[in-house]
Amino acid sequence: MSRRVVVGVFDDEANLLGVTQEARAEGLKILDVYTPYAVHGLDAAMGLRASRLPWVCFLAAITGAALKLWFEFWTTMVDWPLNIGGKPWNSLPAFVPVTFEVMVLSAGLTTVFTFLVLARLRPGKRPAMLFPGVTDDRFVLMLEESDAQFDLVRVRRLFEKFGVVAVEERIEEAGCPGEL
Amino acid sequence: MAEFLLPAQKPLITGNKTPADVTRDICHALEGRPTPLWWGGFLVALALLLLGALAVSYEVATGIGTWGVNRTVGWAVGITSFVFWIGIGHAGTLISAILFLLRQRWRTSVNRSAEAMTIFAVMCAGIFPVIHLGRPWMAYWLFPYPNTRGPLWVNFRSPLVWDAFAVGTYFTISLVFWYLGLIPDLATVRDRLRGGFRHRLASVMSLGWNGSFRTWHRYESVYLMLAGLATPLVLSVHTIVSWDFATGVIPGWHATIFPPYFVAGAIFSGVAMVLTLVLVARKTMRLENYITLRHIDVMCKLLLLTSGIVAIAYATEFFTALYSTNPYEEFAFMNRAFGPFGWAYGIMVGCNVLTPQLLWFRKVRSNLWLVFPVSILVNVGMWFERFVIIVTSLHRDFLPSSWTSYRPTPIEIAMLLGSFGLFFTLFLLFCRFLPVIAMAEVKGVLHVGHQAQVPGSERHPAQRPLEQLQTAAVRTGEGGLA
Repeated sequence: MSRRVVVGVFDDEANLLGVTQEARAEGLKILDVYTPYAVHGLDAAMGLRASRLPWVCFLAAITGAALKLWFEFWTTMVDWPLNIGGKPWNSLPAFVPVTFEVMVLSAGLTTVFTFLVLARLRPGKRPAMLFPGVTDDRFVLMLEESDAQFDLVRVRRLFEKFGVVAVEERIEEAGCPGEL
Repeated sequence: MAEFLLPAQKPLITGNKTPADVTRDICHALEGRPTPLWWGGFLVALALLLLGALAVSYEVATGIGTWGVNRTVGWAVGITSFVFWIGIGHAGTLISAILFLLRQRWRTSVNRSAEAMTIFAVMCAGIFPVIHLGRPWMAYWLFPYPNTRGPLWVNFRSPLVWDAFAVGTYFTISLVFWYLGLIPDLATVRDRLRGGFRHRLASVMSLGWNGSFRTWHRYESVYLMLAGLATPLVLSVHTIVSWDFATGVIPGWHATIFPPYFVAGAIFSGVAMVLTLVLVARKTMRLENYITLRHIDVMCKLLLLTSGIVAIAYATEFFTALYSTNPYEEFAFMNRAFGPFGWAYGIMVGCNVLTPQLLWFRKVRSNLWLVFPVSILVNVGMWFERFVIIVTSLHRDFLPSSWTSYRPTPIEIAMLLGSFGLFFTLFLLFCRFLPVIAMAEVKGVLHVGHQAQVPGSERHPAQRPLEQLQTAAVRTGEGGLA
């Protein structure tokens, strides 16, 4: 499925924040914004929901800790109990440190792996670059020409109000930038 | 006074840099040919590494008898160096994770190199206990795995097993955290360079990053969570290292003060190592605008603070020993300060408690020719602190008939030098192949302390409505009145 998009290139964080806010207020469909760094406040300007990754992190932490604690009890009490210095079979306080380490490991690795999968990042992937320079100092706003109501002249005027550097119209194929 | 009220208004990055300048300045170090200074340092480090490798090979082939350790002093330079290197690593995590959660935005200039330091230091640390096993090829016995001996599992009540898990987790999470921070910068390198090894490396490693803000949004969330995980992790690692000692019954080790004492000492030594490294890096790589005197100043204050904590710990340890009226405890501490290894105790107190007091003076903190030797002396002092804790507690134990002394053999010295060789070889390679400053993070703090200066912009983020900035601050844990 292909679609028509309008791309505005800006050279400053403040202008990008401004144009994103106004575009959203005017009901234009913002597909994505491309920035060289995490611009503070841009998520609010784009109206992005808070990420649900903390839940992944939380569940992975609980799962990892529970499995490890079970494993420690199973090895020391069930599978091959060994009397070490007369210490009780159930040495829960001594099982805490390793449980904690495994909890952190499981939470950290699962969260990062889930992030890479969700963001479709993988080694050697060819980047779908919208505009050269977005990893340097350019800020790019991508709008969808959603319907017949879309008025390019008005959009161009909005962009120019915020000192746009370049405006382009493109046809995007599915799987290109903006799909995420 | 104004300075006191508005600390955030002082620029973090000097020289009126634009984002494009940041890309150019930082990538420049990767593009040119290495300087003679770099080659000199690299060859020295490589020579030390080779020396260490020879010593380790000899030790593994021959046995632990090549060390000066004996029946009474079972742990010495090997374990001292292990604790020393693990401690060095802790400042990297402090800067990358704890200061991130505390919204200290100055960290952006030094976090990349501090995190690299953590990873390389933990690698150096990991070698020592493994070669101390005597049969290092059996190191995997430290981990529980199904085996044909029962299966016989590891003893999860043992601090040495905790240590294996703690160090393993610490290394893995530090590496992931560092790599996550590198992804956007690798994309910048990829888009800037045309061909060559660095371009290919960056192309594969940047995972197809294209600057999409939807990805940035998730990325920030993941970064915050990793910082939240790394913070208790770093505290747990040196706590567990201290339990290696504190759970023993040796006077001088068996103390409840050990975990906080070790963590503070670790951060203290690590900050000193960060200072040493960034002072060299800023000079040789011309990063004076990114690592400014202000950065040096805050790190000096951090050094002074942790030095104070360490000093209190030394005093408390002594007081507790005397107050306990336990003759073995009392003897251990009197012997530590005034016994045959009193000279090592003197180096420890002189370097860790007395020397950092110079940093109370602003004149000293702004004079890099004084800060540099102070940072080196702290490193020396912290190595000796671990040496004092380990060797003086062991060499005169309960039975006078088993009292003995300890002298490191050339093999042990060569291994210690070799660990420095490994550390600096890796660090110098890092300086050549990866961006030493987190470009994507520095670009985000360029405006701090500057009025709107970019032509064409009417409003500057610093002057934007507060509520909008606060949304961002709440989300990422950064920003606000850093």
